[in-house]
Amino acid sequence: MGLIYEGFLKAIEMLLSGDREIYEITLTTLRVCLSAILVSTIIGIPLGVLIGLHSFPGKKIILIFVNIGMGLPPVVAGLYITMLLWRSGPLGHLGLLYTTHAIIMAQIVVSLPIIIGLTSAAFQQIDSKMLMQIKALGATKLQRLVILLKETKLAILAAIIAGLGRVLAEVGAAMMVGGNIRGDTRILTTSMVMEVSKGNFDVAIALSFILMTLAFIITFLLTSLQQRKRRV
Amino acid sequence: MKINRKIFALMTLFILIMTACSNENESVEGPTNEPQDMILATTTSTQDSGLLDVLIPIFEEKYNINVKTIAVGTGQALAMGERGEADALLTHAPTAEEKLVASEDVINRKRVMYNDFIIVGPERDPAEIQGMDVAAAFQQIFETGAIFVSRGDDSGTHKMEWSLWEKASLDPSGEEWYLETGQGMGSTLQLSGEREGYVLTDRATYLSHAGNMEHMEILVEGDDELLNIYHVMQVNDRKYERINREAANLFVEFMVEEAQEIIKEFGMEEYGQPLFFQYTE
Repeated sequence: MGLIYEGFLKAIEMLLSGDREIYEITLTTLRVCLSAILVSTIIGIPLGVLIGLHSFPGKKIILIFVNIGMGLPPVVAGLYITMLLWRSGPLGHLGLLYTTHAIIMAQIVVSLPIIIGLTSAAFQQIDSKMLMQIKALGATKLQRLVILLKETKLAILAAIIAGLGRVLAEVGAAMMVGGNIRGDTRILTTSMVMEVSKGNFDVAIALSFILMTLAFIITFLLTSLQQRKRRV
Repeated sequence: MKINRKIFALMTLFILIMTACSNENESVEGPTNEPQDMILATTTSTQDSGLLDVLIPIFEEKYNINVKTIAVGTGQALAMGERGEADALLTHAPTAEEKLVASEDVINRKRVMYNDFIIVGPERDPAEIQGMDVAAAFQQIFETGAIFVSRGDDSGTHKMEWSLWEKASLDPSGEEWYLETGQGMGSTLQLSGEREGYVLTDRATYLSHAGNMEHMEILVEGDDELLNIYHVMQVNDRKYERINREAANLFVEFMVEEAQEIIKEFGMEEYGQPLFFQYTE
């Protein structure tokens, strides 16, 4: 228990002393995770809406793959992205391996299915009578979409929160495709793994406090957005 | 209204990202032109001991090269060299390295430094190996069936451990007391501390962990067999595309010349003894 207390003190000390490296790692983590979740949201919600609202042949197959993707182990994503980005691989000429872009790619791969899956589930649950009614009242396509998005706000924000949780927690793929390079691709989770293997438990615990604080703040913001009282 | 708020939230996220981006760009952009990248594949011990954290910034500063250090086991580092996925290698498995030299996957291989492997175990020393030579100690551990923790990850240390078992004509694989972690040296040491097992480790990593495991001590050391030799080399740019030959070449030269002064002193302050010793050709 003393170790946790020490780690807590260390976290405060590192933050207050303006340890440049800690700030850099925290900023990189934020930048990588938010970029990934932003891309996943921008692509995932429209796709989820499309899949949820329309019925078409092959829909079930697509949903099966989306649902499998929700449980895709990050190291699997990491392995395939590594092979894709190898110098000898198909995208090798881009020189993306061991960059933050590679980590963002991996995180999109693991968070996109969650957002698509949860969004489409929400849209599938919409009462078909309501859909008819909206149509009958003469709403344009855009108006219809806006009403439905309002209706599913809770579920969509839940999807984003779930995706974000996955991205923030992810370590296996980030280690593989990012390489945990100091001052470059080192993020909070990968540096925790490294500090533990160096035997610096106090630093690792300090990093865990920073990571949990970040997760708390972001989730808090999103949850308050989600739980805001509906105004008529 | 709600849609507006959502857009507002997204914008806030965006601004956060942008500020994060611009911050990073500031720190990356140097006064001179864009630095070129070099991938260095190396063993965990050079990173976990903190040596590279000292050496790499000096090298980067001097030559305006951005070094991407990928710290993995020696086995994986050599495999990266063999595929042309790295520009330079810093590893410690001479026999395996020589194979890459022979196949012309790597060139310009030079000796850099050494430290030594030691056998660490619990103070109470159930197999009574204290002060023995390595071969006898391995024999004794095998016969008593005391817990032995192996890296099991094809790293330099693991290769060394295997060559020692082989020399003693013993095969511990599959034995109940033989634990393979498949992890780095640090994690393996910690596991051996928890399970009170014997473990073969490099001295540098042990010293940086000794504070966390007071009931463990060095039981066998100083045997000629236990020399741990590090070599630096560059990947053959004639064989693979996209190798940064120039940077890799500079790195090899840097390691055998300038870096030597730092290697000699490294660890003196913290541990009262150097972690690596100069050993150039």
